Amino acid sequence: MKTAFFVLKKLGAALATLFLISVLTFCVFQILPGNPAHIILGVDADPLQVEALSKEMGLNLPLQQRYINWVVGLFSGDLGNSLRYQTPVAQLIADSLPVTVSLTAMALLITVVLVVPLSVYLAKNNNRALPTAISALLQLGVAVPSFWLSILLVLIFAVNLRWLPSGDFVPFTTSVTGALRSLVLPAVAISVGTTAVVIRYLKNTLLDQMGMDYVRTARSKGLAQNEVLYRHVLKNALLPTVTILGMIVVEVLGGSIIVENVFNLPGIGRLIITGVGNRDFPLVQGLVFYLAFTVVVINFLVELLYSAIDPRIRVR
Amino acid sequence: MIRLKKLAVVLLAAVLTFSGCAGAGASAGTSASAAPATATPAQPTSIKIALGSEPDNLDPMLSAATDTSSVMMNVFEGLLGFNTKGEFIPAIAESYTISQDELTYTFTIKQGIQFHDGKSCTAQDVKYTYDKLAGLDGGTPLNTTLSQELEKVECPDDYTAVLTLKNKDAGFLSKATISIVEKDYEQNSTQPIGTGPYKFAEYVKGQKLVLEKNDTYNTITDRKPTIDRVEFEIMTDENAKLMALKSGDLDIAGVSSTNVPALKDEFTIVQGPQNMVQVFALNNKVKPLDDVRVRQAICYAIDKDEIINVVSGGNGAKVESFLSPSMATYYNDKLNAYTLNLDKAKELLADAGYANGFDLTIKVPSNYQMHIDTAQVIKDELAKIGINVNIELVEWAQWLDGVYTNRDYEATIIGHSGKLDPQDFLNRFSSTYAKNYFNFSDADYDALIEKAASTADQAARADYYKQCQQLLVDKAASVFIQDPYINFAVAKRVEGLKIYPVTFFNLCDLTVVA
Amino acid sequence: MKNKSGKSKNLAAGAVLLGILLLVLLVSFAYLPYDPNVMDTGAIFQPPSAAHLLGTDNFGRDILSRVMQGSQAAFLVGASSVGIGLTVGLLLGAVAGYAGGAVDEVIMRIIDAQMAFPGVILALVFITVFGTGTLNTAIALGITSIPRFCRVTRAGFLQLKTMDYVKAARSRGAGPMRLMALHILPNMVSPLLVTMSLGFASAILSEAGLSYLGLGIQPPSPSWGMMLYEAQAYLLTYPWYAVIPGCMITLMVLGFNLLGDGLRDLTDAKAR
Repeated sequence: MKTAFFVLKKLGAALATLFLISVLTFCVFQILPGNPAHIILGVDADPLQVEALSKEMGLNLPLQQRYINWVVGLFSGDLGNSLRYQTPVAQLIADSLPVTVSLTAMALLITVVLVVPLSVYLAKNNNRALPTAISALLQLGVAVPSFWLSILLVLIFAVNLRWLPSGDFVPFTTSVTGALRSLVLPAVAISVGTTAVVIRYLKNTLLDQMGMDYVRTARSKGLAQNEVLYRHVLKNALLPTVTILGMIVVEVLGGSIIVENVFNLPGIGRLIITGVGNRDFPLVQGLVFYLAFTVVVINFLVELLYSAIDPRIRVR
Repeated sequence: MIRLKKLAVVLLAAVLTFSGCAGAGASAGTSASAAPATATPAQPTSIKIALGSEPDNLDPMLSAATDTSSVMMNVFEGLLGFNTKGEFIPAIAESYTISQDELTYTFTIKQGIQFHDGKSCTAQDVKYTYDKLAGLDGGTPLNTTLSQELEKVECPDDYTAVLTLKNKDAGFLSKATISIVEKDYEQNSTQPIGTGPYKFAEYVKGQKLVLEKNDTYNTITDRKPTIDRVEFEIMTDENAKLMALKSGDLDIAGVSSTNVPALKDEFTIVQGPQNMVQVFALNNKVKPLDDVRVRQAICYAIDKDEIINVVSGGNGAKVESFLSPSMATYYNDKLNAYTLNLDKAKELLADAGYANGFDLTIKVPSNYQMHIDTAQVIKDELAKIGINVNIELVEWAQWLDGVYTNRDYEATIIGHSGKLDPQDFLNRFSSTYAKNYFNFSDADYDALIEKAASTADQAARADYYKQCQQLLVDKAASVFIQDPYINFAVAKRVEGLKIYPVTFFNLCDLTVVA
Repeated sequence: MKNKSGKSKNLAAGAVLLGILLLVLLVSFAYLPYDPNVMDTGAIFQPPSAAHLLGTDNFGRDILSRVMQGSQAAFLVGASSVGIGLTVGLLLGAVAGYAGGAVDEVIMRIIDAQMAFPGVILALVFITVFGTGTLNTAIALGITSIPRFCRVTRAGFLQLKTMDYVKAARSRGAGPMRLMALHILPNMVSPLLVTMSLGFASAILSEAGLSYLGLGIQPPSPSWGMMLYEAQAYLLTYPWYAVIPGCMITLMVLGFNLLGDGLRDLTDAKAR
């Protein structure tokens, strides 16, 4: 009963957030000055062409009407038509989604693969020279601007070593391995920062756990250090780490906006920047709402998960 | 009936010539190995070319972007085509005549030309195209000039199209290069069908535009497609292009002048003027720029050579007025222009009552690094005569809206790319032009433009345009800086790239060598 | 405390890095080798030499002077965006945390909505509408950092308002303003300091990101992000140009991250 109430309450909050996001998204992009028709056609356009295109785009409805139309469309799953590409926004999102999803997934995978062993290693060997060096390196990774890191990676691995392509994206339909290969460098560029953050978090949690009474008890009972570490400490430390997953996904998605542009990847991030530049309101609204929706859903799930792990959280 | 070949000689005077291009083209990476072209059954060849922006529309009637037409001119053709010198050559029309009163243009359509869907191209398609553009079919017109000038289009038979004008226009032939579309075919935006040497294959939004060889192509006899498949990769980021070139993922890409030195060993660099004028535009209606002396002072203070050297690495042709030297027929090479003279500049400022200078804001579109760099040099140069420049980066959409359309600015920097007719350039300064964002207004100038447009005599027409250029200099309408070279890095395996006066990747020029 | 020494190392390293950068900042007000904006187009892309310790850029400007003056923009953007984020975030967070109930719900939903909205895009739109410039960049980045300050403050208030000493103060008749100012806020200084430090770092990174999208600080006044962006056009020809601004950004972000981590470790240790 209590659980059901908690879930409902959280669901209500998530829905309210989504409503506010829809308002925010709509308003933010409406205040952008610029005529989409003119942007598409450029300085060399014949004024008559611009006029014809503006009319076709139908930007003459009042603001509230356009908002209502848009929200009604959202509920029926219709995000409208892109002004720039003259195609349904949903279609464009569907086309670029595989890129961003696989990029995000790969970045998260890299993060996870690195995080657990490194955190354990760092926690076990706190304050020695090599682990300190690794920590420093990780700190450095967070501190480098992502577009700069991306370019350096390309220079080293694509231009000089020629191990990986530089960003000429191979669609999944053409070659799955080709697609994955072209995602490696951007995924690394995105995950360096998040990896460092998560490792720091997990390492500290591990250290906290290792200082707890149950560890001492277990040790005093004669259990080997490694056994305690892997069977109890790691398990207890991983659970709270899951809760920062929401934050990590937000960071990865945000990071992908710039990185996709550097690597010329046809994903959501590049579509957003193109959309803003072209004043393609339906497209940008659809994309941003979609991203925000994903974040809200993930946060909602994480909260449920967290409350399942630690029921005390529900008191708040 | 004048045969076109004969006419070409006459037209030479009328048509802009494109100086320097052929010569500047292709330092031709000395193919010393000289592998003889053996007649092995050819593997399907394919190349990748970087396209600097997303196509605006694949339908030539609805498209205005030069990047788009640079590709789509391989798919669509006009009644006439043009060569590297900008001279008109026969395309869909094998010949044409102009009536005595210069109001009737009769085109003879070459027989046996087919659209990519197999239908024959006839005079009906020509009529359909021009009627639609001029709004003669009852719809909204799409081309200002045609809607104002074209009286009617008639087809006495399937291979003759007669275009009648309302009034004389010496530049009308440039309108004969407009792409001809198939009658009643409405899907050109998504599945374009033309008569050109390449067929549209695929367009993946945000990624690429793919063309394939049209094996039955026979319109222009000396143009033959040889490469089977050409992928235009949409790449807006200069670094992405560089990296892709360097890692072998691209064969041809337009790059900025500053990167030429880094690429010239590995790639063939094809460069030349691109028929563009980079202009430091001054709003002639805002204080203190409404005073001709102030504008002249600015002209005296700006060192164009320095800009070309610093911003374009020396790869640019200096211009003095609003026409590129690549339009040789119309370009006034005897202009009485400004030379760097800071004393004179200060004197003029003092005369105008600004002995202590003033503040000037330059709004620069944030997506053009070249213009941003130019603004920084100009700031440095104008500081020497006491003008304090404030550079404001403006996002492109906002530039179009605020600066270009609403003329809400003091000064800006932009490049105007050329068409085949000088009218398209110089008309931008006539007071009646809708996008005369310079706010330049001069009765003499308007009269000259008017006369040039309607004169029969090509020599007189060129002379009027030359006077226009001198007038822009005298009135210091703006500061005309340079025609920045276009630079292509071409992989050694591809040969033959040529530069045209209108941005055009003529794929028939290209061959893949082993 | 077994790991205390490791933790104070973070703090020390951060403090040293920032100390150096602060020194650069202070010196830049008093002395610059050259005027950072004056061009010498006869001497472009000079490699490092005695005359130009870090060489010159594509306009022949002295890179050392530009990097030094760039520290002013960096500290200004960082400090003002943190200032804006802190002021607004603190206010909203305090109200939400102290009042609770419906007020809390409304405020937190707005904050959640903003958090889910990509920060880069929000900043991008803001700058597009209001124009580029140091101040606008700072405001845009400040707005995007409101949620983090708000959440930290709220969490602190939620926790502290149930503390016995706060309850005691309230029962003695202290009003809400007094309670917040005298009893709750002082105990929130360290988490807020941590957030400020990390906020500073992320503002510097975001400024570089905005510069990459062409909407950074106004040229020619030097900002590290802008310099890095300009330099990347010459990456193949003059790679060393990009090294210096890249390093400055990295050092500053590193400094603030380490400082933030160090501070957090310190308070964690105290709490234990």
